Amino acid sequence: MSPEVETVIAILVATLRAGTPLVFAALGELVTEKSGVLNLGIEGMMLIGAVAGFIATVLTGSPVAGVVFAMLAGTLVSLLFGFLTLTLLTNQVATGLALTIFGIGLSAFVGLGYIGTPIQGLPPLAVPLLGEIPVLGPLVFGHDPLFYLSLALFAAVAWFLARTRAGLVLRAVGESHEAAHAIGYPVIAIRYLAVMFGGAMSGLAGAYLSLVYTPQWTENMTAGRGWIALALVVFATWRPARVLLGAYLFGGITIVGLHIQAAGFEASAHLLAMLPYLATILVLVLISRDTTRIRLNAPAALGKPFHPDA
Amino acid sequence: MWFRLEPRAQASRRLRTAAPLIALALTLASGTVLFGALGQNPILALHTFFIRPIDSLYGLSELAIKAAPLALCAVGLAIGFRGNVWNIGAEGQLTMGAICGGGLALAFYGAEGPWLLPLMVLAGGLGGMAWGAIPALLKTRFNANEILTSLMLSYVAIQLLGYLVHGPWRDPEGYNFPETRLFGDQALLPVLVEGTRLHGGVVLALIAVGLGWLLLSRSFAGFQIKVVGQAPAAAAYAGYSRRRVVWLSFLIGGGLAGIAGLGEVAGPMGQLNPTVSPGYGFAAIICAFLGRLHPVGVLLASLLLALLFLGGESLQMHLNLPLAITGVFQGLLLFFVLACDVFVRYRVRLGRAAVGLAP
Amino acid sequence: MTVSKLPLRLFAALSAAVLLAAAGPAAAEPIKVGFVYVSPIGDAGWTYQHELGRRHLEAALGDEVETSYVESVPEGADAERVIREFAAGGYDLVFTTSFGYMNPTIKVAKRFPEVAFEHATGYKRAENVGTYLARFYEGRYLTGLVAGKMTKSNTVGYVAAFPIPEVVRGINAFTIGLRSVNPAGQVKVVWVSSWYDPGKEREAAETLIAQGADVITQHTDSTAPVQAAEEKGVYAIGYHSDMSKYGPTAHLTASTHNWSGHYLASAKAVLDGSWAPQDLWGGIKDGMVELAPFGPAVPAEVRSLVEAKKAEIAAGTLHPFQGPVRDQSGALRVAEGSTLSDPDMLGFDWYVEGVLGKLPK
Repeated sequence: MSPEVETVIAILVATLRAGTPLVFAALGELVTEKSGVLNLGIEGMMLIGAVAGFIATVLTGSPVAGVVFAMLAGTLVSLLFGFLTLTLLTNQVATGLALTIFGIGLSAFVGLGYIGTPIQGLPPLAVPLLGEIPVLGPLVFGHDPLFYLSLALFAAVAWFLARTRAGLVLRAVGESHEAAHAIGYPVIAIRYLAVMFGGAMSGLAGAYLSLVYTPQWTENMTAGRGWIALALVVFATWRPARVLLGAYLFGGITIVGLHIQAAGFEASAHLLAMLPYLATILVLVLISRDTTRIRLNAPAALGKPFHPDA
Repeated sequence: MWFRLEPRAQASRRLRTAAPLIALALTLASGTVLFGALGQNPILALHTFFIRPIDSLYGLSELAIKAAPLALCAVGLAIGFRGNVWNIGAEGQLTMGAICGGGLALAFYGAEGPWLLPLMVLAGGLGGMAWGAIPALLKTRFNANEILTSLMLSYVAIQLLGYLVHGPWRDPEGYNFPETRLFGDQALLPVLVEGTRLHGGVVLALIAVGLGWLLLSRSFAGFQIKVVGQAPAAAAYAGYSRRRVVWLSFLIGGGLAGIAGLGEVAGPMGQLNPTVSPGYGFAAIICAFLGRLHPVGVLLASLLLALLFLGGESLQMHLNLPLAITGVFQGLLLFFVLACDVFVRYRVRLGRAAVGLAP
Repeated sequence: MTVSKLPLRLFAALSAAVLLAAAGPAAAEPIKVGFVYVSPIGDAGWTYQHELGRRHLEAALGDEVETSYVESVPEGADAERVIREFAAGGYDLVFTTSFGYMNPTIKVAKRFPEVAFEHATGYKRAENVGTYLARFYEGRYLTGLVAGKMTKSNTVGYVAAFPIPEVVRGINAFTIGLRSVNPAGQVKVVWVSSWYDPGKEREAAETLIAQGADVITQHTDSTAPVQAAEEKGVYAIGYHSDMSKYGPTAHLTASTHNWSGHYLASAKAVLDGSWAPQDLWGGIKDGMVELAPFGPAVPAEVRSLVEAKKAEIAAGTLHPFQGPVRDQSGALRVAEGSTLSDPDMLGFDWYVEGVLGKLPK
C-alpha cells in the first residue's frame, strides 16, 4: 500500500473514532428533544458517565461492567433533570446548565481517588482474517466494540422514530403536548423515558472516552464534547442519519486539520480550531433556509414545559 | 407520584419572597450534611463559604466586581429570553467587546487622552452588538436557530482572541508571551474606592439594570418583546414584528455583554489575555433564570453566583477542601433555587391526581 | 469508596493539626506558604509537579510551615483576588505558578511589601517579587538524544499546546539533541491549541504516528499521547511528569521538573529572614530538571550516552544551544564557539534546522 493510501485510511479510522462519542451523546439528545425536552446538561452527564464507568471498571476489573454502570449513572442524573423540569416544571435551559455545573463538580469529586489509576480499557476487536484485508480490514473490522454498538444504536433509533408506533407517539408528544394529552397519551411519562434514554446515551459517550478513547480518568476530560453533541442535533435537523454524518464530519474536520499541520503546512492552530464551528454555522444556514423542511423535523414543543391543567 | 401540582391563578406574592429563602434553607441543610460527611465542622465550613469572603469592605468590593459582568450579560439575556429569543452566546459577545475596546487601547497606546476611555466603552458595546447581530441576521434572514449560531460564534470569538493575543497583538517587549501590553492609565476604568479594585464597570452594570427595568416595565418596546414572547399569536395579530424583537434582543444583549468584556479588560485586568472570561457569558444564562428574567432579580442572582465563586476559593484556601466539592455544592444550590420557584406558580397537593394523567 | 477515603484523610489531617496546636506553645510561629495553581492537580502534568513540591515542603519542615493552595484559578481578573487573599491572610510566601499570574502578582506585591512572592516562568520582578523557572530545555535536549537513538523512521512527532517561546525552546532543544546523534532525524509538530484536552492530544499523537513518527513526545498536560503510542506500538517520551504508568513499554523516559528543592530553600530563607527576590533559572545542575527512569526498551549504550551528556550539562561544558545552530533556512543563528543568550532563549520565535513546517505566528 502506498503511504498516501495509508494516510487516508488513518484519517478515516481516526475520524470514525473521534465521532463515536458524539454519535452516542447526540443520538440520546435527539430522542430527548424529539419528545419536546431540551437538555443542555449533556456535558455534565457525559462526565458522570465517564467517571462512573471508570470506577466500576477499576472495582470489577471488567470494562463491560464499566459501560453498564456508566449508562446507569447517566440515567440517574438525567432522572434528576427530569424530576426538576418535568415534575417541578423548572426552566429546561437553566436546569440543563445547572446540571452541567453539578456534573462537572460531582464527577471531579467522586473521581478524586481514581485519578491516575491505570486500567485495561476495551481493546479493539481482533477479527481474524477479515481484519487483514487491505483497506477494508482496518476501516470495517478494526474497531472497538462500542463503535459497532454506536452503529447499532443509530439504526435502532432511526428505526424506532420512523417505523414504530412508540416512535410516532414520542414525536407526537414533542410536536404538541396538548394534543397528545388530549388523545390520552401519558405525556410526562413519555418525556421521562426520553430524558432517561438521553442520560444513558450521554453516560455511554462518557464511558467511550474514559474506557476506550483515552482509558483514564481526569477531571473535565470531555473537554466540551457535550456541547458539540448538542450542536449536532440541530445541525442534523433532528434526523438520525444526519447526526451520524455530522458527528463524523465534526470529528473529521479536527483530524484533517491535525494532518494538515503534521504535513508541514502553515496553519494557525487558532484559526484551524474555528473551522468546525464556522462549518456548523454555514451548514445550519444552508439547511435552515428552507423553512418548511426544518419545521417538519424540529419538535414544535421543544423546551416548553407541560402541565396537564395549565 | 404522591403529590401533584395545581397551577395558581396568580403567582403567590408571599411565596415570591419565601421561595428563595426556602432554597437557601435547603442548601444550608444539604451543606451541613455534605460538610459533616467530609469530617468538617459544618458551621465553620458554611461560614467560610458564605460569610468569610464578604466580611470586609474589600470582600464586598470583590463580590461587586465579580457580579458586574454577570449582571451586565444577564440583563441583556433576560430581555431576549422574555421575547423567546435564545441568545446563548453572551460569552462570545463579551469576548468581542473585550477585543474591540481593548484593541482601541492598544492602537492608541502612548497617545492616550481623556477621550479614549469613553471611546473604548463605545467600541466594546459596538463590538458585542456586531457579534450579536450575526445570529440575529442569520435568524431573521435564513431562519437559522439562534441557540446554535450564537453558541458556535462564542467559540469562534474565543479562538479569535487567542489568535490575536498569541500573534499580532503580543506585547512587543513581552518576550513573545501570549499577552498584550498593559493599557495606559487613561485607558483604564477609574477605581472608585481606594484600596479596592471596585471600578467603573460596576456602575455601568447598575445603570444597565436600571435601564433594563425601564425598558421591560415602562416602554412600549419592552411591552412588545413580552407579548411576542408570551403570546406570539396575539403579537402577530397586533402587528408586532417578531423580526424586530429578535434584532432588538440581540443588539441589546450583545451590546451589554460587549461592555462587560470591556469592563474586564479595562478594569481588573488592564490588558488582553488569552482568557478574558472564565465563563461569565454562560453563567449569566443561569443568572437570568434565577432572577426570573427580571432585571432586579438578575442583579441579585448575579451577586449570588459571584458569591458561589468566592466561596469556592475561600473553602480551598482556608479549609483545604478540593475545588470539586464546591462544584457539587454550587450545583445543588442552583437546583434548589430552581425547584423552589415552582411553589410560586403552583400549589402542591398531596395524593394522586384524580384523572390519573398528571405525574 | 473515595467518598469515604477522602474525609478520613481530611479528618486525620485536621485532628492532627488540632492536637498539635493543643500540644503546647510551638517553638516559633509557623510560616504560611500559599500556592496558586492554574489547573486541577491531577496525577501528572504541570500543576501536579508544583503540588509535589508543596507536599515535600510540608513534609520537610513539619510544623514550621503551614501551606495552602487554590487550584484552577483562571488567568484573568480572578488571579489578583486569590493572590491578594493569601497576602492579606497573613501568608509570608506566595508562589504563583503560571505565566498569566505575572501582572496580578506584581500588582498585589506593591500593596503587601512585607510578603514575599515568587512567580514561575515570568520576567517581571520587584523588591518582594522573585521569579523562578527551570531550564526545561536541558531535559529536552537529553530526551532528544534518546529519540534520535531509538527512531527508525527518523521522524519524531511532537504534540504541542501553543506556539509560545517556552514550547518553541523545548522543540528546538529536543531537535538539536535528536540531530546530534541522528543527523537525518526530523521533528513534526502538531499544535492542539489547548494545554489539556486528552481526546485531542490523542488524535494529534495518532496523526503523527500515521504520518510516520515512531517516537512521540509532547508539551501538553495529559498522558493521552503516551497512551496512544503504547497502543500503536511506537515509543513515547513524556513531559512534566513520569508518565510510564500509561505506557509501560512505550515510555522511554520523560523530562520532568522538580520544584521541591527550590520551594524548601525559599521557605527556609523566609524562616531565617534571608529571603531576597531572585531571577532563578535552574537546570539539571540544580536538580530542577530531571529525567524519569529509562523504560525497558532503552539499551544500555543509550543510557550511558545520556548519562554522560547529562553530566556534561551539569558541569557546564555542554549547552544545548551552543554554536553552530542553524535555523530552518540553514542560516547560522548562533556562531561556532558562542551560545544563545538567556534573553534570546526567553523570546524564541524561530525553529532550528530539523523541525518540519512553519512556526505559526
